[in-house]
This record gives sequence, C-alpha cells and structure tokens, in this order.
Amino acid sequence: MNDASTLAKVPRARRSKAIAAWRELKKAPWSAWFGMIVLTGYIVVALFAPLIAPYGESEVVSPGSFDVWSAQYWFGTDQLGRDILSRMIYAARNSMGIAFAATAVAFITGGLLGIVAALLRGWVDQVASRLVDAVMAIPSLIFALMVLAIFEKTEVYHIILVIGFVDATRVFRLTRAVAMNVVSLDFVEAARLRGEGTGWIVRREIIPNIMPPLLTEFGLRYCFVFLTISALSFLGLGLQPPTADWGAMVKETATLFTYARDDFQAGITPLLPAGAIALLTVSINFIVDWFLHKTSGLRDGQ
Amino acid sequence: MLAARDAMHPILRTVLQRLALGLLTLFIVSVVISSLVEMLPGNFAKRILGQAATPETVAAFEKEIGLDKPALERYFVWVGDVVTGEFGSSFTSRVGYQRKVADLITPRLKNTLFLASMTAVIAVPLALFLGILAALYRNSWFDRMVNSATLTTISMPEFFMAYVLMLFLAVIWQIFPSLASVDHDTPLWERIYRCTLPALTLTLVIVAHMMRMTRAAIINLLASPYIEMARLKGMSKSRVIMRHALPNAWAPIVNVIAFNLAYLIVGVVVVEVVFTYPGIGQLMVDAVRTKDMPVVQACALIFAATYILLNLTADIISIATNPRLLHPR
Repeated sequence: MNDASTLAKVPRARRSKAIAAWRELKKAPWSAWFGMIVLTGYIVVALFAPLIAPYGESEVVSPGSFDVWSAQYWFGTDQLGRDILSRMIYAARNSMGIAFAATAVAFITGGLLGIVAALLRGWVDQVASRLVDAVMAIPSLIFALMVLAIFEKTEVYHIILVIGFVDATRVFRLTRAVAMNVVSLDFVEAARLRGEGTGWIVRREIIPNIMPPLLTEFGLRYCFVFLTISALSFLGLGLQPPTADWGAMVKETATLFTYARDDFQAGITPLLPAGAIALLTVSINFIVDWFLHKTSGLRDGQ
Repeated sequence: MLAARDAMHPILRTVLQRLALGLLTLFIVSVVISSLVEMLPGNFAKRILGQAATPETVAAFEKEIGLDKPALERYFVWVGDVVTGEFGSSFTSRVGYQRKVADLITPRLKNTLFLASMTAVIAVPLALFLGILAALYRNSWFDRMVNSATLTTISMPEFFMAYVLMLFLAVIWQIFPSLASVDHDTPLWERIYRCTLPALTLTLVIVAHMMRMTRAAIINLLASPYIEMARLKGMSKSRVIMRHALPNAWAPIVNVIAFNLAYLIVGVVVVEVVFTYPGIGQLMVDAVRTKDMPVVQACALIFAATYILLNLTADIISIATNPRLLHPR
C-alpha cells in the first residue's frame, strides 16, 4: 500500500460516510433529535455568553438582594443583587467548559495508558491495573473531596486535573478491555511483523478500531464529570465565587425555597440552575443511548 | 503447603483469593489516602494556629497530633490506630484538649447507616420488581415508559431531585419536614418520619440504576440457549423463570445490588447536605472545608472500605451461587 493510493481513496470514503451519517440522522428517534437540538442550544449559549447575557457575570445590578422576577431581571436577582439569568448564561460557559476539559484530560491519560497496558501486558499492565483498582475503590466524589482538602484554595485547574485523573481510571479500564480484544487480532500481528513501530500501530490499527465504544464512553463520562463538578460546586468546594456555576447557584439561592408558598416564582428559582444541569445531562444521555443502540445493533447484525 | 492448597475446596480457594485481593486493595487505598496528606503544602500546624503562633506552640501542637514524626512512622501509627478502631485526633484538637476522630465519626456513621438501610429496604425490592417486569415485557409500552423515566432520573443531579421533592412535599404541601435533623434520642418512628424525604431522594437515584441493570441482566439471561430450549419444550413462562432463569440470575442480581449500594455512598454526601442530616457525608464535607485532614482521611477510608466490602460480598455470593464459577480456569 503506497501513500498515493490511500490519499486518492480518502475523499470518496469521506463523502459516502457523510451521506451515510445523514441517512442515520434522519432515522434517529425523537429523543436523539431532542438531545441534539438541546445540546446545540447549550453550546451556542456557552460560546456567545457575553452577547446573549443582559448583564455581566458578577455585575451587581440591584442594591437589594433576591429581587422578584420582572421584565428587567427575568429570573430576579441573587443574594448579592446580581442578575440570575445572566449568571446562568455565563455558568453554561464555565460549567460546560471545565467539564469538557476534565473529560479530555481523563481520555488522553486514561486512554493512552489503557492502550499501552494492553499492548505491553506484563508487569506494566499489572502495576497499572492494581493501582487503578485501588483508586476506583474510592468513589470519585469522595476522592475528589479528599484531594481538594489538600489545597488551600480551589483553583479551576485543580478541579480539572483532580476530576480528570480520577475519571482516567474508569477510561483506563474500558480502553484496556477493548484494546485487549483488538491487540490479539491478526492485522495487528501482521503490522508488527511488517516492522511498524508501536506508535504507528496504536494510531493506525488500534485507535480506529476502538473508537465507537470510546465515543459512547466520552458522552457518558462527560455527564458523570459534569454531575461530579456540579456536586462539588454545590457543596461549596468546586468553582469559587464570583465565578458563576449552576451547582453553586443552586446553593446560593436555596433560601428562596422557604417562600414557595407565597411566591411560587421565587420558590422555583433555585430549581432553574439545577434544571439546566438536568436538561443538559438528560439530552446527552438521549444521544448516547441512541448511539449505543446503533453501534451495538450493528455488532449484532454482523 | 501445595498439597494443602490442592486439597482445599475450589470455592474456598476462590473466596480466599478474593479476600486477599480485597485486602491488597484496601492496603493500597490506605497508602494512597495517607500519602495525600504528605503532599500538604506549607506548615499545617501554623495554618491552623494562625501566623501569630510562637514556635513553641506550633511544636507542642504538632506533638499533640503526631505531626512531628516521619511520614513512614506516621503511616504505621495511623494503620495501627485504624485497626484498633481509633482514627487519631482531629486537627481541631488544641493543646490539652484532644478530640478523638472516632468519637466524631461513630454517631454520624450510625445515622448514615440508618438512612442507607432505610433506602435499601425500599429501593432494592422495588427495583428488582420493576426490572424483572420490564425484562419480561420488553419493548412493551410499560418497558419504554420505565426506560425513559429511569434514563431521565439517572441523568439528574441528586440535589435537583432532592429540592424538587422538598419543594412539593415539604414547602408547598407540608407533609414532611424539609430538614432531617435527628439526634441520638430521637424515637424510631420520629426518625423514620424525618428521614422520609432524604430516603425518598436516594431511592429515586438508585432505583433507576438498579432497575436498568436488573433488566439488562435478565434479558441477557433470557437470550441463552437453555432458556430457549425450555421454552421450546413447552414449559410455562413462570416455570421457565423460576426454575431455569432465576438460579442463574442470582449472581448478576447480587452484583447489581452491591454496585448500587456502593453508589448510594456518593449520593449520601449530597443528600445529607441538602437536608442537613447529621451523617458521615456531611461530616466529611465540613472537614474538607476546615481542612481537618484526620477526619477527611477517616471518612474517605470508611467510604472506600464500605465500597470494597460490598463488592467483595457480591463477588463471594456470586461464586457461591453460580455453578459455573465453581470451577475457575
């Protein structure tokens, strides 16, 4: 196989893939469509937060605290007189971005280590697997809490690295398991006998073959990471004020619950950021569920 | 030695192997937990006592809580303490006034265990029932409805569900108290009443997981050839389930239960904070905030040990009930 022939094949393969993807999309169930539309909406809001939000992220717009819902402040203001709607919009950017970074860290470290462990076997695999077992024996929220206790003040990159590292163990497990199946196949052996380097084998033979389960896992992992970070922020140990975060906003506005009988709008205000989290994770789960059905269905058919 | 091992029953040997593996994991976990404290930046005693503390007070305080010894020695002292049921003293101790971590933890642990077992009693039978039903009538409207509903509850943060329940069942219709404050002489019925909302939240969280996993396990089982065979013989549906499917289903079901009880541990932290329930989860969060490392370590170890123990129990029960696992390779 020379370079010219592979290059010539690429465009045609890509076009037919795009068409196939569009055909699949048209057949997608309503839940997957719902998920994709909502997710797109969230991403747009996160990217253009400063253009959409009526006020600044930590701008104090009202002298009082906990103003009621009005045309000026749609969802009222929080305990410091900041516009809740604006903060929710900025929080989309913060929460989603940080969760994405943490998930990416988890996949890069856990995925690579998993592939290496599956390729090398032997003591590298043994040591890595035992260590991962031990870290996995500590529930991820508990582990994160424990590590965050060490730092004097929680910084954003602490959260990304800690959560990324903890979740890397789960990614390691999965990648190692699926890579193990691929590594033992004939074409990998053939590539090795042909004299290809380890890097080439990983890039060209292993990664393309373990992509579907890893993509599904990425979606699910992202949800877990998102929920863990929101839980941390809710507990007051995640993103530090004045950074807006949905989890932290629930905590900050929770006192409004007590007024629910007299003013229902005030009562449901703390549920808005919580609902934003729920809607996002439900949407991603719908997409993943469809994708899972798709890929596992293909496997049954073969 | 070898002869003795060969004479041992294969179940016993597998169980012992699992036990040893569990102990090894616990050992590594304890090393991980204790070494994290060594990475503590800065002088801990100074941070606790404030910048104005004289070197003598710092030294006395360090001696009091054992910070003056080298790391390795401290690890062994800590493990020794843990084995004897002590967890050392809290960093909130002052010279001449020691606060034992064990004294802080014991009442909290009892409360958490109470909440967790109350949840388990409601959630486990409910989830198994729903899961088996959904598996038997899969792809029916019931199955689809339950499937979407559980997928939705799984994806929601625990505090969202907790606050929705609180809003409707405690604030708008004041049926249950919104705060689950209990102490050691709250009578049992009062305790159950006050724990209803937290237990309900946790139930919602784990029923979804448990039900989906039960459904998957049963469907997986129903697809095996011997079930097909039993069905083709003309056996009644209930007999196929009771005689052929269930004996082989115990292992996956037990695994599902153990996994979800372990999951409960994490849910407990958030739910306890929402309802200000005096459990070990809240204690840990408070300790993290005040950087009280011995308490954090002890809580983390308890959580991890529970998790390992649950998985170990599930493993052993699976081995003892599954005929195929009796003869490992």
